[in-house]
Amino acid sequence: MNCDEFESLLHALIDGELDAGHAREVEAHAAGCSACADKLASFRAMHEAMQAAALKEAAPAHLRSRVEASLTAPASRAGAVHSFFRSSRRGFFGGFALGSALSAAVAASLVLAVMRDNQQQAIADEIVSAHIRSLQAGHLMDVETSDQHTVKPWFNGKVDVAPPVVDLTAEGFTLLGGRLDYIDGEPVAAVVYQRRKHLINLFVAQRLGASHAGALSETIQGYNVRHWSQDGLDFWATSDLAGDELNEFVQKIQAALRSS
Amino acid sequence: MADDAFADQERMRRFRDAALPHLDDVFTLARYLLRNPSDAEDAVQECYLRALRHFDGYRGPAMKPWLLAILRNVCNAEFARRGKEEVPTDYAPDDSAAEQMPMWQEPQASPENLIVRQQESATIRRLVAELPQPFREVIVLREMNDLSYQEIAAIAGVPVGTVMSRLARARAMLRSAWNAAEAAVPTPGPVTAPGVSP
Repeated sequence: MNCDEFESLLHALIDGELDAGHAREVEAHAAGCSACADKLASFRAMHEAMQAAALKEAAPAHLRSRVEASLTAPASRAGAVHSFFRSSRRGFFGGFALGSALSAAVAASLVLAVMRDNQQQAIADEIVSAHIRSLQAGHLMDVETSDQHTVKPWFNGKVDVAPPVVDLTAEGFTLLGGRLDYIDGEPVAAVVYQRRKHLINLFVAQRLGASHAGALSETIQGYNVRHWSQDGLDFWATSDLAGDELNEFVQKIQAALRSS
Repeated sequence: MADDAFADQERMRRFRDAALPHLDDVFTLARYLLRNPSDAEDAVQECYLRALRHFDGYRGPAMKPWLLAILRNVCNAEFARRGKEEVPTDYAPDDSAAEQMPMWQEPQASPENLIVRQQESATIRRLVAELPQPFREVIVLREMNDLSYQEIAAIAGVPVGTVMSRLARARAMLRSAWNAAEAAVPTPGPVTAPGVSP
């Protein structure tokens, strides 16, 4: 082992992430190289000092009771869900309450627009979380088949929509299967496609959020998200695929739906 | 209906038993990511509500990393709202004796020098809080939340190799900040004038 290799494994050794064989190799190198031995000793001392310092913070008592309270009263749940976002806009709403010159109607429509955007943003976040969860938990598919005529009926009785499932293999997007997922507390159909190594989750629901809000295109945590409404259904597509390729996917799905 | 209400209560109880023991971990990460106590509290509350809504679909991983991943999403939404402005750390520099106490000497530190004092933790907290993202996050997840590289990778949505390189970078930055803090320690003698910021 040379000094560069040592350097790349030094922290894994300190953190107990190395198997016994590698740990021995790293330690053997340190035994014969004083510069590396010093480095190891210094980072290890820092790690131990941090562990000994008990840095984890105790949640304040009032926060604990606030969280506990919100987890006991079922009625408060729906109302409190977007409290964080609402509280962030407190100043904005306050402005209207304090006698703005705008008519009440204009104010109300503005408020609605802001709320809906927040809600749509919250759902976009959830879509990405659901996508990441589907990759992490090894639970990408409940029904695994490239046959659209198997995937579509599988959703019967599991969600309240019959999600359109189209085979785009010829267009470079392979149908992998389908999954039942939850967004905003509602069961939604997730249809999984693949292009090269990239997975695409297409979430289909009758309605996610307040209404069939406008189309949306953005990037969250490095994942591209596209949203549109078609034939009375809400569609959300997300993937680590490049933006223009995801757009291509969306166009193909839209075209297939129009021609069906 | 009564059955439904009962099932709901039961589900909520299971969620509380599983999730509430991690409140300190969730709060700690929120505190360091958002750098503001009241935003951190709002984020923790939102995290638990979101987690409860998803609890039916929860199939693992372990509860703690799952909660921290949700918290991170909540914080990202808050970052998006804040825009580009980076909130300065609110871990105020200690003007007490903490600054003036060598807490850690390298590399010939003897065990006695590692004896922990309360002021030490205050200084360490401040140095960690001053680290830029994403190095702050990786240090907190490793040293305070005690997560494995694998769990950190899943939460941050990056490969384990990236976690390793970020952690190496973060520790190197922390070490120089630490050394600098010690170098700034005035020689014993006259006390530094109060009110003079470093």
